[in-house]
Amino acid sequence: MEELLSGYLPIVVFIGICMAIGLALMLSAFIIAIRRPDPEKVAAYECGFDAFDDARMRFDVRFYLVSLLFIIFDLEVAFLFPWAISLREVGVFGFWSMMMFLAILTIGFIYEWRKGALEWD
Amino acid sequence: MADTLWSYALTVLIIAAQSVVLLVSLLVIIAFLLLADRKIWAAVQMRRGPNVVGPFGLLQSFADLMKFVFKEVVIPAGANKGVFLIAPLVTCILALSAWAVVPVAEGWVIADINVGILYLFAISSLGVYGVIMGGWASNSKYPFLGALRSAAQMVSYEVSIGFVIITVLLCVGSLNLTDIVKAQEGEWGVLGWFFIPLFPMFVVFFISALAETNRPPFDLPEAESELVAGFMVEYSSTPYLLFMLGEYVSIVMMCSLITILFLGGWLPPFPIVPFTWVPDIGWFLIKVCFVFFMFAMVKAMVPRYRYDQLMRLGWKVFLPLSLFWVALTAGVLVAFDWAP
Repeated sequence: MEELLSGYLPIVVFIGICMAIGLALMLSAFIIAIRRPDPEKVAAYECGFDAFDDARMRFDVRFYLVSLLFIIFDLEVAFLFPWAISLREVGVFGFWSMMMFLAILTIGFIYEWRKGALEWD
Repeated sequence: MADTLWSYALTVLIIAAQSVVLLVSLLVIIAFLLLADRKIWAAVQMRRGPNVVGPFGLLQSFADLMKFVFKEVVIPAGANKGVFLIAPLVTCILALSAWAVVPVAEGWVIADINVGILYLFAISSLGVYGVIMGGWASNSKYPFLGALRSAAQMVSYEVSIGFVIITVLLCVGSLNLTDIVKAQEGEWGVLGWFFIPLFPMFVVFFISALAETNRPPFDLPEAESELVAGFMVEYSSTPYLLFMLGEYVSIVMMCSLITILFLGGWLPPFPIVPFTWVPDIGWFLIKVCFVFFMFAMVKAMVPRYRYDQLMRLGWKVFLPLSLFWVALTAGVLVAFDWAP
């Protein structure tokens, strides 16, 4: 356990240093630069108009569809990782099992395609 | 007890020193790559590009940094201030922390973990949060639409990037990035690199990397003529700087990932004398700069895609193609008993 975790210590240290660099860059302007906000300056940018209504409006359902599809396929990729590096161990049986899995997913993909979930016009 | 504590502290200090060296050299290299990007773009359009600050404009990026630091931070009145300021931090920190597992030469890596590529995949997936948070917290229309587009685009191309990585892993049999480079080593040099047997995947990965990092011709989230600057519209000063820095750090990350997966990492093109005189790190840098040059040329030459074309390319061309190639590669490896 100790061995396993000690391999990840550098990552923790590295991320810590990245945070320090990011924070330092961000805070420098807060410390150095002059801030004089006025109502016009802090208004939301909308080509010079006052904002017509709230910006968090309804948007196209296809963005949801894309993220749903993404979850399915990303999970599939995550599922492929262990199979890919142990192809020799799992052998022909493992290969055909994964091909079955991929075939089932492909059927789902074809269904989505035919249903028009991938159409953007 | 005190001794063990000291040895721990020493280990942490050494790691910290290595990390600082890597990050500082990375940031300096990015400063010059950014200039190179602008110079190449200018040269293609028969302009001269930045040429005022320093000889040939070499110090332009540093002047830009100073300018960002001295600018006023404007936080929109309607914004969610906390999320608004965290978003650029998230983008920048995630982009930088991916570098912890990248081997720039034999043994030159901060954390040589055995799931390196999985770590990279996870970190680059998280990158989309910075965009979404920034766009939503701005409470303004252009950033909101830009963030939606950007998020949909990034997740779409991540799927094909995942499949391409799987194809390479099939030929390597390990998730460790050092092992991936070593699997391409051989007496035939460049002929053993993966971009030859997996050429279609190399092309798919290159184009997906452009889309994943919102580079032109896939820069729809910040298409100036439509959305001004996408999710970055309301940002100014150093928060904007962090977004831009994060973007360029991930571009260089993608360049080095292409180098490691397909172009043999730090390996010389032929393992014979004139090539082996260049140190490993030199070959790595040369290859990364070459891939970055291709990124810059694409930016300069290819017209921007339309959004429906972009989504069609991602979902209807790259996804089936890379899925097919995963099955084909695995089939060939199993049929000829070549699996590592």
